[in-house]
Amino acid sequence: MNGIEPPVLQVEGVCKRLGGKAVLEDCSISVRRGELKVLIGPSGAGKSTLLHCINCLVVPDKGDILLEGERLDTRDKAALCAFRTRVGMIFQDFNLFDHLSALDNVAIALRKVRGMSRDDAAARAREELEKVGLGGRGGHYPAELSGGQKQRVAIARALAMDPRVILLDEPTSALDPELVGEVLSVIRALAKDGMTMVMATHQMDFARALATELLFMEHGRIIEQGTPEELLADETTRTRDFCQRLGELG
Amino acid sequence: MDVPFFTQTLLPALNKGLAVSLALIVPAALFGFLGGVLLGCLRVFAHPWLRRLGDWYTSLLRGVPLAIQLMLIYYALPYLGIFFSPYGAALTGFILCTTAYQSEYIRGALLSIRLGQIRAAQALGFTTWQTVLWIVVPQAARRALPGCGNEIVYLIKYSSLAYLVTCMELMGQGKVVASDTFRYTEVFMAVGAYYLVMVTVASRLLHWLERRYAVPGFAGA
Amino acid sequence: MHSLSVVWHALPDILAGGAVTMVIVATALLMGLALGVPLAVGQVYGGPGIRRLIGVYVWFFRGVPILVLLFLFYGLFITLTLPVQPILICCLVLGCTSTAYQSQIFRGAIQSLPKGQLQAARALGMSDATAIGGIVLPQALRLSIPGWANEFSILLKDSAICFVLGPQDMMARTSFAAARTHEHLALYGATGVLYLLITLAILRLLKVLEVRMQVPGYAGTGQGATEWGG
Repeated sequence: MNGIEPPVLQVEGVCKRLGGKAVLEDCSISVRRGELKVLIGPSGAGKSTLLHCINCLVVPDKGDILLEGERLDTRDKAALCAFRTRVGMIFQDFNLFDHLSALDNVAIALRKVRGMSRDDAAARAREELEKVGLGGRGGHYPAELSGGQKQRVAIARALAMDPRVILLDEPTSALDPELVGEVLSVIRALAKDGMTMVMATHQMDFARALATELLFMEHGRIIEQGTPEELLADETTRTRDFCQRLGELG
Repeated sequence: MDVPFFTQTLLPALNKGLAVSLALIVPAALFGFLGGVLLGCLRVFAHPWLRRLGDWYTSLLRGVPLAIQLMLIYYALPYLGIFFSPYGAALTGFILCTTAYQSEYIRGALLSIRLGQIRAAQALGFTTWQTVLWIVVPQAARRALPGCGNEIVYLIKYSSLAYLVTCMELMGQGKVVASDTFRYTEVFMAVGAYYLVMVTVASRLLHWLERRYAVPGFAGA
Repeated sequence: MHSLSVVWHALPDILAGGAVTMVIVATALLMGLALGVPLAVGQVYGGPGIRRLIGVYVWFFRGVPILVLLFLFYGLFITLTLPVQPILICCLVLGCTSTAYQSQIFRGAIQSLPKGQLQAARALGMSDATAIGGIVLPQALRLSIPGWANEFSILLKDSAICFVLGPQDMMARTSFAAARTHEHLALYGATGVLYLLITLAILRLLKVLEVRMQVPGYAGTGQGATEWGG
């Protein structure tokens, strides 16, 4: 890893209040190229809000976001759109465009945002669907796909934009247990290929095996941070405590 | 059957009326729909005060019989110095009323769009305008199509109320022939057939449109 | 304030017309209910011939404007040398139209029920008639209340068209008073408000009915009740 190169994504001191309650307090993350940072913690800890704040789907009250060393000005609409094309986002409930086929879901941003021709966009979209194992499903509409397939289309849609970093908001938590594996294996392949990612998840086995670093969140704060080995070996960490309870439940 | 009565008296009169009916229905449907889109957007996106105003307008025009609205426009507004021809009064009444009904479907369609769809578009770098154009409009249009189309079918039928303000459309022409000849049954069977044809053609067209733009699993398709 | 005094003097007469309007609407609504339910059952469970026949009836009465039907029935009454009673013709026309619309409301409700309901009833040894009357219809009617509320408000508004035949309803009396006094604005305005108030009052009532008839956890209740945003 190159120490001189700036981190791909820096989040500095992000704060957010919603309905008078602080949901994020002074959260900072720094992600280098090829790293996979995993956010864990109880529901309502602010993991999802933090990811939404990073690409300003929820505008943070305070704090800075830097992509490849460039500070984002959230009031500059054009800069914000350009920023978002370089940051992929995977949602918990997929959010595929319901009126478009799988292929068009992947192609539409290429055409409308990137300005690619219909044919070029379709070719690229087909390529991305191929990569997530859905080459034959391009003509299917979201309602005709299983949850796992929908999420893989969503991943293809994000990848097609050539993002510098991908944010994944509990990508498997809306899936039936038997469909979790197919989505995780796609994400695993991405990690192996060196894609930079920040992911919120409850899949501890996955996190332990692949995370560069775990960030444990509670009450809107990142309270522990370290490699899986460090956090899970030390008996006094909240992370280990939390994971043990998850394990008992599972 | 008295063939000459049909071919020489009734049908020419009804054909003349049909032209006027169409001259009422087509612009009323068009401007009523555009008005409905405008009012519907207003009732969803505008300042709360404007929104409430739009809601009141809609409740008022949907709650008061169209017959009364037409009578007010044609017979009452002249006392306020606003004069309409029969055709103008009918067309104005239809547009104002259809706007209210259409806005209800547009509003419903806009409110049915899930926040996640908009979030996903934003996350891909769509500008607000692009999001509206490529995500909101195609989805809302599909959800509003059955209701809006149905409203146009209603408009075809209720265009007959133009007769109340002495506009000589299909219904009015029929009434004149019927009064002159006292052949109410034959005349209004024929008038009914004209409306049935218009309504049937419009519904067929609507169904074709719905099927043409149907997306599996979307909007009840 | 001449207009106000005209309205004030005409109001008792217009309100008396309101009673006539309610009679017309109530008759049409009940006729539509009494005939609409069997038509809906026939259209869902009947043979192809019956389905076709009902389809033609629905197509005709949903496709021809009320105004045309009023004069058509007027002509039919004369041809058949029946006594020309305006109020009777109005009730009949609105009733026939409402039958067509209500049959479609009930048909939709019946078809939205899970198929298993009828099968379960048959499995218990019920005859088809008992199964439909005892199991399917009670559920379907409950689902139909919002559509029915909508149908009521449409009927009430359509009843205003009846005045062309001259029954002594609210609209007819208003138009007489307006022709006599030339106070069109005040009189039609007042009657318009009356229609609006009646609609709001009855819809509120039906909303209460809907809530009271609700079965806990029953899917679909409250659907389509958007008519008045209630």
